[in-house]
Amino acid sequence: MMHGRKSGGQRLMGKLWQVNWTLVLLIGLLASIGFAMLYSAANGNLSPWASRQMAIFAVGLVVMLAIGLVDIRFWLRHAYWPYGLTLAMLAGVEILGKSKGGARRWLDLEIFQLQPSEFVKFTLVLALARYFHRLNFDDIGRPQFLLVPLFLIALPVVLVQRQPDLGTALFMLLGGAAIFFIAGVRLWKFAVVALAIMVAVPVVWPMLKDYQQERVLTFLSPERDPGDKGYQILQSKIALGSGGTFGRGFMKGTQSHLNFLPERQTDFIFTMLAEEFGLFGGLGLLGLYAMLLAYGIAIAMRSTSQFGRLLAMGVTIMVFLYVFINIAMVMGMLPVVGLPLPLISRGGTAMLAVLGGFGLVISVYVHRDARIGRHGEDG
Amino acid sequence: MKAEKLRAKVFSRRAAIVAGGQAALFAGLGARLYYLQVVQADRYRTLADENRINLRLLAPPRGAITDRFGELLATNVQNYRVVIIREQTGDMAATLARLAKLLAPDSFDAARIRHDAKRRRAFVPITVRENLTWDEVSRLEVNAPNLPGVGIDVGLSRHYPRGAQMAHVLGYVAAVSEADLTDDPVLQLPGFRIGKRGIERRFDARLRGKAGNSQVEVNAFGRVIREIRRQDGQPGARLALTLDAGLQAFTTKRLVRERSAAAVIMNVHNGDVLTMVSSPGFDPNEFSAGISRESWRRLMRNPYSPLSNKVLQGQYPPGSTFKIAVALAALEAGITVGHRVFCRGFIELGDRKFHCWKKGGHGKMNIQSAIRESCDVYFYDIALKIGVDRIAEMSRRLGLGEKYDSDLDGQKAGLIPTRAWKRAVIGSRWQKGETVVAAIGQGYVLSTPLQLAVMTARAVNGGIAVVPRLALRAGAAQPDFPSLGISAAALRIVADAMDQVVNHYLGTARKSRIEDPAMAIGGKTGTSQVRRITMAERAADLHNNKKKRWRDRDHALFVGFAPVTAPQYAVAVVVEHGGGGSKTAAPIASAMLAEAQRRDSARAAETIAAVSSS
Repeated sequence: MMHGRKSGGQRLMGKLWQVNWTLVLLIGLLASIGFAMLYSAANGNLSPWASRQMAIFAVGLVVMLAIGLVDIRFWLRHAYWPYGLTLAMLAGVEILGKSKGGARRWLDLEIFQLQPSEFVKFTLVLALARYFHRLNFDDIGRPQFLLVPLFLIALPVVLVQRQPDLGTALFMLLGGAAIFFIAGVRLWKFAVVALAIMVAVPVVWPMLKDYQQERVLTFLSPERDPGDKGYQILQSKIALGSGGTFGRGFMKGTQSHLNFLPERQTDFIFTMLAEEFGLFGGLGLLGLYAMLLAYGIAIAMRSTSQFGRLLAMGVTIMVFLYVFINIAMVMGMLPVVGLPLPLISRGGTAMLAVLGGFGLVISVYVHRDARIGRHGEDG
Repeated sequence: MKAEKLRAKVFSRRAAIVAGGQAALFAGLGARLYYLQVVQADRYRTLADENRINLRLLAPPRGAITDRFGELLATNVQNYRVVIIREQTGDMAATLARLAKLLAPDSFDAARIRHDAKRRRAFVPITVRENLTWDEVSRLEVNAPNLPGVGIDVGLSRHYPRGAQMAHVLGYVAAVSEADLTDDPVLQLPGFRIGKRGIERRFDARLRGKAGNSQVEVNAFGRVIREIRRQDGQPGARLALTLDAGLQAFTTKRLVRERSAAAVIMNVHNGDVLTMVSSPGFDPNEFSAGISRESWRRLMRNPYSPLSNKVLQGQYPPGSTFKIAVALAALEAGITVGHRVFCRGFIELGDRKFHCWKKGGHGKMNIQSAIRESCDVYFYDIALKIGVDRIAEMSRRLGLGEKYDSDLDGQKAGLIPTRAWKRAVIGSRWQKGETVVAAIGQGYVLSTPLQLAVMTARAVNGGIAVVPRLALRAGAAQPDFPSLGISAAALRIVADAMDQVVNHYLGTARKSRIEDPAMAIGGKTGTSQVRRITMAERAADLHNNKKKRWRDRDHALFVGFAPVTAPQYAVAVVVEHGGGGSKTAAPIASAMLAEAQRRDSARAAETIAAVSSS
């Protein structure tokens, strides 16, 4: 891992000193809340979820710090490799993927199962940051220079959409668009795309096959599928509402513990937290996430390189999307998509991916003053 | 570098916009959370409780029924059944195979059990077999270690210790049908039984009790996690009947010798029904357990209609027993003992001949000898004198042709014809010949054995409107029946004549008399035709009952009372197609009254012995 060149003669210890430990502490705090909720979800048992989650978090923490200590220029120079690797994994899902609940999303690696789409969200950020870093400010104004990054986004979106995972596909589109926005792409271009989509929908819609239409409709309105998703959302809202202001108490959530709440250890873990700790618990968690995101944004603003800025901000946006979509979904504001709550939901891949993303943010912070040329050379 | 600065500036501005957008969206999440958890908290709290809390009804045990002395007639017995729980049993097929070795293998349907088990959740007990014997229960208990997931459940089921003897009085219980549903939630309990006939139906509300309930916490799959609260129900009330179980047993035994018969004894003063038997009967226990299709079909096909209570529902021409009502009507209408009629075996009315049962005729008859010897011609004469409406009026006062406002379930009204009735229902004028036929309880006249017993009771109890009843009322709550307004002299004359029917050497029922003067009975015989006798048959003597098919034979009837000196009991016996009333019905009634009085004195002796020994 330590192939990165040390800049300005900084030694490893010095770098460790540079790490933004408050950020690490926040991440640890959030993950700990996750352990507690997983402990509760298993009715007061560390197994099967909490203990495994802790182990994965320990591994992830090391990976995060390792990524953070690697010179940012290394990441700049090799930004397309992780992207390419994860994209290959995504394509591998298509061929070797393991099917769960009607969708192929997992790669079975014997020890654990990998969901490549989680990684792609962050490697995509890396690749886009790399691309826009190289681009002249004037070039951003030229449409032909936007074709490559559009292609970078489109590849994983198409692959994910085929799984089928419309939620993640839209997630990547949104994240990619946000990076376009902060990179400085002019607003009228977004307006044109939005207009084009509005025109295209009525044209494309009749061309879709029946099952494709059905899939989109179910995605948009879960009531069409009352046996499953409609039931999930109703039970989630009941759990949330019955929690009230102060909650029903740790491990006392009736909706969660009597199994009315589905997927309480993964996608609906926020519901369980809000049921057991009430409005205070829910707002508290939102506050922690807000602080985490604020750190990310602050680090992005502080960075002197466009690569660092885009990277930190891009990671922050992806994490924000995770949090927002997941919580809005469990509260019945958005369609049901299989999306975990970062750092808290059970699930190794997402945990590793998010920690890896923050590793990049830390790297941006540690090397915040590094001057970087267009191709990653010392500036 | 200028471009670089510009790029940083654009980034900062746009990052700030993104941050602002994120903050706004987070605020939206917070607002939504507030809305759900504060504004809508109560609503969702209720929904959550509805989710997790299940109200389970606890069926109340049904009240016992006893006879007047406290002997149990209907009770609840524990009913053992084997259940199997899929998730605990492991290998279902193996367990069932072991069960088959312990129980009779053909006593349960393994395929049905596997089918049920597949359709229900794994923790729901599936009934393998009900109504285990003690022997089977102990065999299962001993082998319990080899039978994982097999358990024995105890439920209550209705039991009638006296079986068929009480079947018609008590009725039976059976599963709730759609039509029975009321707002009592207990009716919706699976396996709940309600009274379907007789006392069980009449007093269902009292016997049923009130359901308790248990609040249990369940999980999303319906499995009970724990009991939160329990409210015990109220068991059904115990009900004592006026019946004497011993007398009922005696009567039943006496009646089974006939193919189809009904008998009832009631107290002439307070209306207590001491025995009420319709034969043949059925075993009501079969119904509590859930009657098999085979048994049901057998009951339905039986030509002697075992399911109906003939005491209340059998409507028969009363034959000569009706002469009691006719005689009282005549006496009240001014006919005196001095009125005499010469019976030469028939009367002629227009071109029709009406015969007396005695071919050669009775000779000179007055009202008492006419009752004693059951002279038809005498009654033709007085009936024509007073008219059918006066007869009907007296019949009504004596309790014929009506249903009693009482606790006897399923009564039939019978029929007492009048001129007005015929005009309204048949649509033609009343004929004199019809009055003649009615005078001897034939033609349109129909009554139930219960009504005949009531008629007799009212004729000998001093003329009060006694109403029969089955629920025992203790002590002070004795009913106060109004007088019927019949003169004491008329009642005396008819009672004396009924005395003579049995105790006079010319009486039609003299062979059934009881010698002990303290227990002597009085009564009236009746033989009612079930079809018109043609002239040809009469000439050929083909109407002799012994030569007819059972279905064509006359009904044998007897009504009576005892003791003659101070009447206590009234009896009515109808033997369907039994031939002659004096020959078939009177001996039964006599034996019943003798037994009723014997039991009385035996109890009196016991009481005296108990008092003196203490």
